[in-house]
Amino acid sequence: MHKIILIIKREYLTRVRKKSFLVMTILGPLLMAAIVIVPVYMATRGNELKTVAVIDQTGFFFEKFKDTDNIKFHYLVSDIASAKANFRKSGDYALLFIPRTEVSIPTNAILYGENNVSINVISYIRNVMTKKVEDMKLEAKLKDLQTDKKNPLNVEDILRSVKTVIDVNTIKITDEGKEEKSYTEISMVLGTFAGILIYFFIFMFGSQVMRGVIEEKTNRIIEVIISSVKPFELMMGKIVGVGLVGLTQFLLWVILTFGIVTVATSTFTSKGSTKHSAEQSIVQNAARYNPDNLPLPDSATSKKYQNEGASEIFAALSSVNFPVMIGAFVFFFLFGYLMYGSLFAAIGGAVDSEADTQQFMLPITVPLILSIVMMQYFIQDPSGQVAFWFSVFPLTAPVAMMIRIPFGVPYWQVALSMGILILAFLGTTWMAAKIYRTGILMYGKKVSYRELWKWLRY
Amino acid sequence: MELFSSLNVSKQFSGHKALDKVSISIPEGSIFGLLGPNGAGKTTFIRIINQIIAPDEGQLFYNGRELKPNDIYNIGYLPEERGLYKKMTVGEQSMYLAQLKGLSKVEAHKRLTYWFARFEMSSWWNKKVEELSKGMQQKVQFLITIIHEPGLLIFDEPFSGFDPINASMLKDEIIAQRDKGATIIFSTHNMASVEELCDHIALINNAKVVLAGPVRDIKKAYKTSTYEISFNSFPGELNDILPSAFTIIKEWNDHDLRMATIRIPADSGPNQLISSLLPNVTLHSFSELIPSMNDIFIRVVTENKNETVLQL
Repeated sequence: MHKIILIIKREYLTRVRKKSFLVMTILGPLLMAAIVIVPVYMATRGNELKTVAVIDQTGFFFEKFKDTDNIKFHYLVSDIASAKANFRKSGDYALLFIPRTEVSIPTNAILYGENNVSINVISYIRNVMTKKVEDMKLEAKLKDLQTDKKNPLNVEDILRSVKTVIDVNTIKITDEGKEEKSYTEISMVLGTFAGILIYFFIFMFGSQVMRGVIEEKTNRIIEVIISSVKPFELMMGKIVGVGLVGLTQFLLWVILTFGIVTVATSTFTSKGSTKHSAEQSIVQNAARYNPDNLPLPDSATSKKYQNEGASEIFAALSSVNFPVMIGAFVFFFLFGYLMYGSLFAAIGGAVDSEADTQQFMLPITVPLILSIVMMQYFIQDPSGQVAFWFSVFPLTAPVAMMIRIPFGVPYWQVALSMGILILAFLGTTWMAAKIYRTGILMYGKKVSYRELWKWLRY
Repeated sequence: MELFSSLNVSKQFSGHKALDKVSISIPEGSIFGLLGPNGAGKTTFIRIINQIIAPDEGQLFYNGRELKPNDIYNIGYLPEERGLYKKMTVGEQSMYLAQLKGLSKVEAHKRLTYWFARFEMSSWWNKKVEELSKGMQQKVQFLITIIHEPGLLIFDEPFSGFDPINASMLKDEIIAQRDKGATIIFSTHNMASVEELCDHIALINNAKVVLAGPVRDIKKAYKTSTYEISFNSFPGELNDILPSAFTIIKEWNDHDLRMATIRIPADSGPNQLISSLLPNVTLHSFSELIPSMNDIFIRVVTENKNETVLQL
């Protein structure tokens, strides 16, 4: 045990001290920050004028949607079916439909658009609706209080009961007049991102394991080392050491990316507007119903929403179940890496130089690449058959499952996928250890699949 | 007392027999030559001693008891195919390998500092291995092999790649290790160095031990009662003055002297040869021809088809 720690330490330290590690650590977050910041920046700009038609069956929101610098609202009285039929001819950017609800307070709306509706527009609509609904709830609450004077006024209770989440579903109207639900953007971005990250990490650090093994073989140091430690210890030490390098890099990326994004966004968006929390607005609204205070001017709020794009993305991000996301990510990253790492180590052990790895790399890279190629299907139908089987088959599970998880996956499927992955990891490690053990002592011999099969049975 | 022995060790690699019932015993404090042509199974046997691979059959003993996994701390191994991590510094690398052999960090550092000073390589400590010459790397490798002061040292072709100065330094160091009490297994093709260093040998050919024992005894056994003489010219023929059972193998002139190698029958001694010579010639030198290890090696390996096994 002591020796495997020595090995892990060496593998870790020699890699972390390399210049290339430092370069990757700095470049990675810059790239990722750019991916996050650019859309936020675009969202906060987008100064083209957009007109939104509104059909409000509830009647609560008449005249509530104030025009902003780049969003114009007009109300329609026609029914939703004909409005949809005419939508493409109308030249409107989007059609907002607030259906009548059985319960008195509406909490959802549907937004039709030709393309994916800009997050800026959605956020503005959601904010206006949220405020109106919260106002209504508060008004009712205050009326109750006035009639029932005995109850003491508890601000916290009121705030909690008033807090509202408005659901704005976006539906795309296509050329053929067909409707399709557009993807929940945040899930898609997160899933894609997590999937690509795992793919990238497995490839990058898996091949580092392979190169490490080949290095020891071509350096001829291998025989000295395995006269002190068991080949299995050396192999696992290398896989774990390189894995820790990967985790370190990942953590540094997360920390640095958050740092850069926070600094960058706070420079785009004026202070105060980013910190627009539900509580604040309710307190402000409550103040308006207090006869002793002067009502706050309404125009201030509509102006403020123009800068909300950035904070909206963060708000959406905070709606994702991060503990589950990160937990799953770490698990699939770890076991995916361990499984592939041992396969890469076996290849490294079997060949003499990197040039000889091609024929053995193929069966390993195909499932990985396939799971990236199939990403589109997983996103379009995250709970479909294809996505299910890909996220259960161990070689594709790490990437496929991570793409699906932000969309919500039944727990039994996650558990099944994790269980199979652990078994696959044990299997590949056993196999790799056998190939590795024999391969590292073979020099100058071109190895075939038949040869590998023989080694497995030694 | 033997430090290490093997009993009927066999190993097979996919149909090919690498070792066939190899039994060897290595006396404590000896320098033991493990000889054999390429592909005879020497490296396989050394790997088995190092527990890098396991034998299919047979037993191994260390210090009178069965070889245990922990015995690797008592073995130092310098493989024929050897190298170091090119990008690591010499010091770091030596520390790593010394610790893998069971030394504590403090102890490893202490010993390495001593040895680096003794080998005049203290200034290399922070250099990367790729900056060193091949000979320098070999020195580092040798040092790492002995750093944990093992009871059994295994050197596989230790002199390849060394210049004569470093080779003789290495030879002295190997002898010094033996004098300190280490037992040494020395595998080589270089028969001159076997002659110089080894007191026991085992010759492996085609996966089998074909010759084993103390070097002196082996040489004695391979003696052919052949003598080399030099004498002043005399008018007659050598053939006429020798008994008919004696055979002249070779006769030649060396400056003023005449030389000859003569084989005598096993039942007669050198005195008979001398007494038949003395009345006729003036003898200048007389010596018995002892076969070199090189001769014995070639003879045994080429004659090995008859499967003669000689254990002394």
